[in-house]
Amino acid sequence: MNFLQSIDWLGLLRCFVVGGLLCVIGQILIDKTKLTPARILVAYVTVGCILGGLGIYKYLVDFAGAGATVPLTGFGYNLSKGAIEAVKEDGIVGAFTGGIKASAGGIAAAVFFGYIASLVSKPKIKKQ
Amino acid sequence: MQKIGKQTIKFDTPPTILETACIVGPKEANGPLAKFFDQCLDDEFWGESTWEKAESKIIKETVNTLISKSGISPAEIDYCFAGDLLNQCISSSFGLRDSNVPYFGIFGACSTFVEGLSLAAIFAEGFANNVLCATSSHFCSAEKQFRFPLELGNQRPPTAQWTVTGAGSAIVTKEGNGPFITYITPGKIVDMGIKDANSMGAAMAPAALDTLITHFKDTGRKPSYYDVIVTGDLGYIGKEILSDLAKQEGFDIKQNYDDCGVLIFDKEQQDTHSGGSGCACCGSVFSGYFFNQLRNKKIKNILLIATGALMNATSSQQGESIPGIAHAISIEL
Amino acid sequence: MQAKPLETKKQYQEYVNDKSPNSPILKNCINAFWVGGLICSIGQIVLNICNSRGFSSEISGTIVSIILIGISAFLTGLNIFNRIGKFAGAGSLIPITGFANSVVSPAMEYKSEGYVMGVGGKMFTVAGPVLVFGISTSILVGLIYLIFNTQAITLV
Repeated sequence: MNFLQSIDWLGLLRCFVVGGLLCVIGQILIDKTKLTPARILVAYVTVGCILGGLGIYKYLVDFAGAGATVPLTGFGYNLSKGAIEAVKEDGIVGAFTGGIKASAGGIAAAVFFGYIASLVSKPKIKKQ
Repeated sequence: MQKIGKQTIKFDTPPTILETACIVGPKEANGPLAKFFDQCLDDEFWGESTWEKAESKIIKETVNTLISKSGISPAEIDYCFAGDLLNQCISSSFGLRDSNVPYFGIFGACSTFVEGLSLAAIFAEGFANNVLCATSSHFCSAEKQFRFPLELGNQRPPTAQWTVTGAGSAIVTKEGNGPFITYITPGKIVDMGIKDANSMGAAMAPAALDTLITHFKDTGRKPSYYDVIVTGDLGYIGKEILSDLAKQEGFDIKQNYDDCGVLIFDKEQQDTHSGGSGCACCGSVFSGYFFNQLRNKKIKNILLIATGALMNATSSQQGESIPGIAHAISIEL
Repeated sequence: MQAKPLETKKQYQEYVNDKSPNSPILKNCINAFWVGGLICSIGQIVLNICNSRGFSSEISGTIVSIILIGISAFLTGLNIFNRIGKFAGAGSLIPITGFANSVVSPAMEYKSEGYVMGVGGKMFTVAGPVLVFGISTSILVGLIYLIFNTQAITLV
């Protein structure tokens, strides 16, 4: 019970709603524009990166927590945040190193797990 | 053999379709036509390590089944026309590389079955005794080549069609007791500017319409002449477009018109959206279902119009529209 | 009776749009909303746990990403993720799970072409553009920050 009480329910609700709404925007793009998944992901990352660079996305992250960082706009935000912070420390080199440094964990995990999955598993036909 | 009208070929001594055979995959085996197919597979790999190998095996075994059903020896087959959807037609060439029959690889996208049947009929009336045609497609290998990886969690739009896994084949002979191939109307390439690769039915329907109307004009026949008019893989949307457009042009085909892509799957149960597609769609439905109907005299004649979308992954990425083609063949008892 | 739809390509496209059924957009959006929200909430719970264990917010964020990517890769390997994706659409695509799925699925698909040029070479056929555009934009953002020494919003 202690664990349940420790949860910030209001924060979780904000996270749920913002995360959900970001997905709804994506869904409308899929259904209305016939954009392929790859293009939608690119659009989200780029928009997140630009909004991060402009300093706008930070407010959404402060408001919704993981609701703003887990969608791919958050990935873009993370890249630009990393770049800016690295520029502050290392100057021009930071622009090149900061973004990937900040998101290295996610990229490396995707590559590693992708390789593992291809070792142990085979694609199957969609049964339904 | 003579050309009549604009582009139709009339056979003076119509060749016979001696025998047909088809093998289909597990999803088709759950469809409404399952009992008409020669063999239904339990899984899409069929013991092979890749889908491409599985597709080659399907076309190979279909041809073997066909030859044993027909009762003629492989040495008596003079020529073979075969094609499929994979780059450079590898399923057909790899599947038939041990067959020892002179081989023509053909490509007409999903219209390949009727393209092969037409060429086989022309050869048979000319100088050959037995000519074989075969075609195959495989859901997984087609998705891999044309769309996305199977495990990608994307949604298929309602206009999308499901590539049929399987193969269809037929032997055409010079002399026989029917069903006879009496006319063929090879189609023109028609491109009405549809670019959405998930809307194949709509992209191919104008080509089907052109071939349909040309066939009736060239032969002087009316839609009511045929017991069945059937298109290859227009699906639900393409089927509706074709019958609507044909009616506007003064050919009412609603009564006797159907589509192989509509027939092969149960739309509600199998979640196939706009229906089946692929070379094997027309190939297996004709070889399995309609040939059976002809042989049992349930129908006397059929106009089979196989439709194809002549595009590839590169062309659609470059923003090209999708040219359609349709070949019609008239088969009568 | 409308004008002949085959007269021009534009008319035919309109006619086809008219004939084609639309995606069930309301149902799709509802599913996308709650699945997407749920995935983010799982991330938030993990984030809270990490924070309460004393990790910095950067490290916590990375842990969340790795865990969600791991789950997504695991479900993709079990041939389950595509069913979730079919149900939820953008709900599972837009969160980092969709990125992971688009890396893992081609890796599995092209295994038949070998581990080097198949798995290794094709792994980023779907997700590669995300990195290209994301990283390039972040470098531009860094350079712009370097020149102006400020983020635009603070100018206002």
